[in-house]
Amino acid sequence: MLAEFGYGVLLVTFLLALYSVGASVYGYYNKSASMVESARRSMLLTFPLLSIAALSLISLLVNGDFNVQFVYEVTSRSMPAYLKVTAWWGGQAGSLLFWSWLMSAFASLVTLRKWDRDQEFLPWVIVVASVTLAFFLALNIFFENPFARLYQTFDGNIAAYTLAPANSTPIVPADGRGLNPLLRHPGMIIHPPMLYLGFVSYVIPFAFAIAALVTGRTDDRWIRITRRWSLWAWLFLSFGLVLGGRWAYDVLGWGGYWGWDPVEIAAFMPWLTGTAFLHSVMIQEKRGMLKQWNMVLIILTYALVIFGTFLTRSGVLSSVHAFAQSAIGPSFFVFIGVTFVTSIALLIHRWEDLKAEAEMKSMLSREALFLLNNLLFMSVLVVSFWGVIFPLISELFTGQKVTVGPPFYERANSPLFAALMFLMAIAPLSAWGHSTIQTLGRAIWKPTIAALAITVAIFFTYTRNWIALIGFFLVALVILVTLYEFWRGARARQKTQGENFFTALSHLTGKNRRRYGGYVIHISMMLMAIGILGIELFQNETQGTIQVNQSLELQGYKLVYKDIAQWDDASTGVNYTRATIEVYKGGQLVTELHPRTDYYYEAQQNMTIPGVRSTMADDVYVLLVDWEPASAVGATFKLYVNPLVNWLWVGSLLFLVGVIIAAWPEKDPERVTVRATRSARQTSAAD
Amino acid sequence: MGRSKFILGGLFILAAVVYLIFSSTQQSAEYFMTVDEIHAKGDSVVDKSLRLSGAVIGDSIQYDPQTLTLTFDVAHVPGDNAEIEAQGGLAEVLRVAVADPTRQHIKVVYVGPKPDLLRSEAQAIMTGHLGADGIFYADELLLKCPTKYEEAVPEQASGN
Repeated sequence: MLAEFGYGVLLVTFLLALYSVGASVYGYYNKSASMVESARRSMLLTFPLLSIAALSLISLLVNGDFNVQFVYEVTSRSMPAYLKVTAWWGGQAGSLLFWSWLMSAFASLVTLRKWDRDQEFLPWVIVVASVTLAFFLALNIFFENPFARLYQTFDGNIAAYTLAPANSTPIVPADGRGLNPLLRHPGMIIHPPMLYLGFVSYVIPFAFAIAALVTGRTDDRWIRITRRWSLWAWLFLSFGLVLGGRWAYDVLGWGGYWGWDPVEIAAFMPWLTGTAFLHSVMIQEKRGMLKQWNMVLIILTYALVIFGTFLTRSGVLSSVHAFAQSAIGPSFFVFIGVTFVTSIALLIHRWEDLKAEAEMKSMLSREALFLLNNLLFMSVLVVSFWGVIFPLISELFTGQKVTVGPPFYERANSPLFAALMFLMAIAPLSAWGHSTIQTLGRAIWKPTIAALAITVAIFFTYTRNWIALIGFFLVALVILVTLYEFWRGARARQKTQGENFFTALSHLTGKNRRRYGGYVIHISMMLMAIGILGIELFQNETQGTIQVNQSLELQGYKLVYKDIAQWDDASTGVNYTRATIEVYKGGQLVTELHPRTDYYYEAQQNMTIPGVRSTMADDVYVLLVDWEPASAVGATFKLYVNPLVNWLWVGSLLFLVGVIIAAWPEKDPERVTVRATRSARQTSAAD
Repeated sequence: MGRSKFILGGLFILAAVVYLIFSSTQQSAEYFMTVDEIHAKGDSVVDKSLRLSGAVIGDSIQYDPQTLTLTFDVAHVPGDNAEIEAQGGLAEVLRVAVADPTRQHIKVVYVGPKPDLLRSEAQAIMTGHLGADGIFYADELLLKCPTKYEEAVPEQASGN
């Protein structure tokens, strides 16, 4: 019964979402505040309803009702309860419901804000959120019902049906197939929700952009309202990407973190437009320029978010992530097409209203450099998009399917990333409106000399690889310039306010959270760049079959194979094989590692867990590849030394700090004097 | 005057990006082929960078842990998603491909750790090149096991 109940709730919510759309549009055109209010209330109702549907599904999952196809597919008796809950997004149907649930949560949150100054936006924000919600609910209702049950029809076929077909008997499998062992990892448990949070939160800024276009209120109000939303969305998306990389590093056992897989790129593309958007809205706020461009960016981001969900979920491309093939592909295609064309049509309709208020004059002004930053992000997007669709294009024109692998992305994107890093170094020093080579040069020469000195030191002590040297030079330059900016600001404050240096530094940051939070993010990106340069350029590997007390050597490390043990864990149905390895560096024992192989009986699948010793200098990463029960024959290990990769994870933590600084609600008086009205203060606190 | 500076700059970036894309595409293009296509084209694709997909024949898997050399045979499966769907989905296509003795096969050699997902009826997606000896030398090996992910209907569901 619970399954039918859950499906019923989905149906009701779907109708309610459609009603919100209708009532909002009607209310807007007939100036009926009560209709809009009715739309808002039904929008608010979708969240508790979907929570009930979600709870129904979770209850089915936890209680192991294997008659329900989805439960059968993603859980099994031996899985611990928390994994049964997270199995909610472990399969296609459930993850679509998860998407809808998040969408309703965010839509409710945004409709609960104070709208006094922005009443005219409300109906259209509701329309966009409801249309998106209705689309995802429709996928669940018409194509991928998570509540469908298994029946055997009279002709002997077993299939899943929403309603019991005539002359059929329900089928209750004795046990489920269980979540793929590869997905039973903490990183995998939070990685999809993080990405989805990022995806779904971008719907809100898009909704406000569309509201601005429809209502003709095309000043930067929509940007100010959604500034914090886009920051959080960006944070979730970025963190989803990093967590995915960490999961790959910990679980997939190829010593890497990012493989330019189409599905990774699908999540990376909205991040690119989102990052460009984050920068270019500042130009609109400060200079009244690039208004049309910002619209283009947010429309693109929304389209790419839906496209990203589509790629992960439709299996249209060959990829390790493509877990499912299903009928939802065409619907996604139509939905993306319709929303994209509609948004662009609206944008063209308002094109004249979105003319820039000022003209860009100097090539070195900050706005020009921001524009360049945007163009570079777009270039990375074009490169990535080209890589993903190239197989389809080449098949269309030549009949031969041709793909491009990671070397394509690395080769084409590296110069663009380098240019972005260079911009990160000079843009903070440039002025709005006008900068010249002389003013920039005066500001940058000291950090440049220091960065050059560091690069020379690296040349003599660490590497002579010229790509690495360019990379490290840029990293040093960006970090030095950014620290110099902090120092300059704090010193100025120290003089005028008479504060000590650290108070000045914290006040400086507190009063300009966005700017200095952004700088912290820049530094964190550079730390991540160190990790990426390290593993991409200096990764070393070796492999060998050794007997107990024999060793493998690589990069000054000596790994001695001590022991191997094998045992069953009956409660989880896993057989563990664990090797013990001593790691020596310079003759000194530094640590003991335990690479292992977990064999999941029910899934008949191995999982290779590396033993990793992580330091800021390098990671020793060892895999147990193969072994013989008699230890005299020995075991095979694959050993990687991944220099500097830890900087990637440390950088991502600093990144989190930076975004929190930038997104923290501001209560500083400096802003209020600029935006004087009382309601402005209220709304900005509610944003 | 001011405007033309920006247009020139924009054109320069555009040209650079177009150059990067085309030169990189040329350098790293991999031809996606099926087992049948490789057999049909034979020598003309030897030493080209190829991406090959096929169904793993379980009985043929051999692994030498001393040298980390993995060899196995793959059977032809269609490269086109629509065709796969028309034939009953990926799991079914792979099952039939392995069971059908008349299918074209190709021998694959890969050096590295034995992947966890390698088993009969898995779909192997490999990048590498075809040697003059007719063996496919894979540099990269990607596996998909549709039966382990969600798909279609249970085979041995017990009725009650």
